[in-house]
Amino acid sequence: MRYKQIMMTAAGFLGIAIIVAACAQRGIPTGGDLKSGYFYSMPETQAMQWDTEANDWADFDNPGFIWVDQGAEQWDTINGEEGKSCAECHGEASSMAGVSTTYPKYNAEDGKLRALQDQITDCLVNRMKAEITKDWKWEGDLMLGMTAFVKLQSRGMPINVAIDGDAAPFYEEGKTFYNTRRGALDMSCANCHVDYPGSWARADLISNGLPNGYPTFRLKWQKFGSLHRRISGCNKNIRAEPYGRGSDEYTNLELYLASRANGVASEAPGVRR
Amino acid sequence: MTYRTLLGALAGAVLLGTFAANANAAEFMVVDDTIPASLTGKAGDPAAGKKTAINKKKGNCLACHVMPIPEEQFHGNIGPNLGEVGNTMSAAEMRIRLADPKLINPGTIMPAFLKPGTTRVLKKFEGKAILTPQEVEDVIAYLLTLKGDLPQ
Repeated sequence: MRYKQIMMTAAGFLGIAIIVAACAQRGIPTGGDLKSGYFYSMPETQAMQWDTEANDWADFDNPGFIWVDQGAEQWDTINGEEGKSCAECHGEASSMAGVSTTYPKYNAEDGKLRALQDQITDCLVNRMKAEITKDWKWEGDLMLGMTAFVKLQSRGMPINVAIDGDAAPFYEEGKTFYNTRRGALDMSCANCHVDYPGSWARADLISNGLPNGYPTFRLKWQKFGSLHRRISGCNKNIRAEPYGRGSDEYTNLELYLASRANGVASEAPGVRR
Repeated sequence: MTYRTLLGALAGAVLLGTFAANANAAEFMVVDDTIPASLTGKAGDPAAGKKTAINKKKGNCLACHVMPIPEEQFHGNIGPNLGEVGNTMSAAEMRIRLADPKLINPGTIMPAFLKPGTTRVLKKFEGKAILTPQEVEDVIAYLLTLKGDLPQ
């Protein structure tokens, strides 16, 4: 009876502990008490992201690279009236190492909080004078691919967002969102991801809800997708009206989630259930 | 005369308004952290209750609870195991936990099955409770049969 329940929980935590120890040995930052969603994934899902035998990223098995490769191609592609590519200003993509881990980030020019997608859009519109086609919208293939390609340059580096100074009000908004009960089920993010990580909701192992693997290839979607798409799904699960992808509400929440992941390795492009 | 009619009409309008606003919110009397009285006056049906408990769009109890329902895979373990709940809890104690568990445990993750949500509820669920009072009575009738003697 209770035995089965205790064993399920124990098995979950033991699995997490073993993988965390293994990662720490390899020098991949696992952060503090809160763990990447990777550690709450089934071994088959993990294998699509990390090859334990080769002790390296499993990029050949990771379907997210179909999108990342499109992003890489765009890096060198001239786009817009200015006749520029990303490389024109930024040079080698490797110059982006350590950039994405600081997003979402406050931008003094417009006084807003920017997700990495907002920054890419700003480059396209204002510096390149390029058209935002369907593929460059938030959930478009090129935007997903470019976001993940830029994040790939910081893979393995710790998330490092600022929550003080000008970012503080956005952080507070995100934190309030996180702790507010909503929807017909009247649940907050914290009700699951703070109170019950390591417990099972049917066949789902509840994680700490960290964003470090996004954009991610989600098996349920059979597609690469954004963090905001994932949050939208969470909201609908508790029968709450979602906000738009790229909305201020979700970008503020993304900052709060990222702050919980400060110190945890960036894994994008990730693979999740 | 005119006064009385006017007052009566006014009281009637207010009453009607109250009823309209609470059309989907079940009324119940809480006594010592329990709801002793049946919500419908009609006996619950344990077989129907089991179906409601399993239904993902209704009770969805297995999301969080292990129950003696081996034909369903993957029971959650967020809440307590309900295998012996018929021995440990009375109908009155179950009723408040299903109707509005936050009345006795404000921090609980468990949803209120007879109280509509209030914040950003999806349009199609606005003003609606998750279960009807009779469905709650059916689930209680089913839970009362769980005495720890069934496989899970």
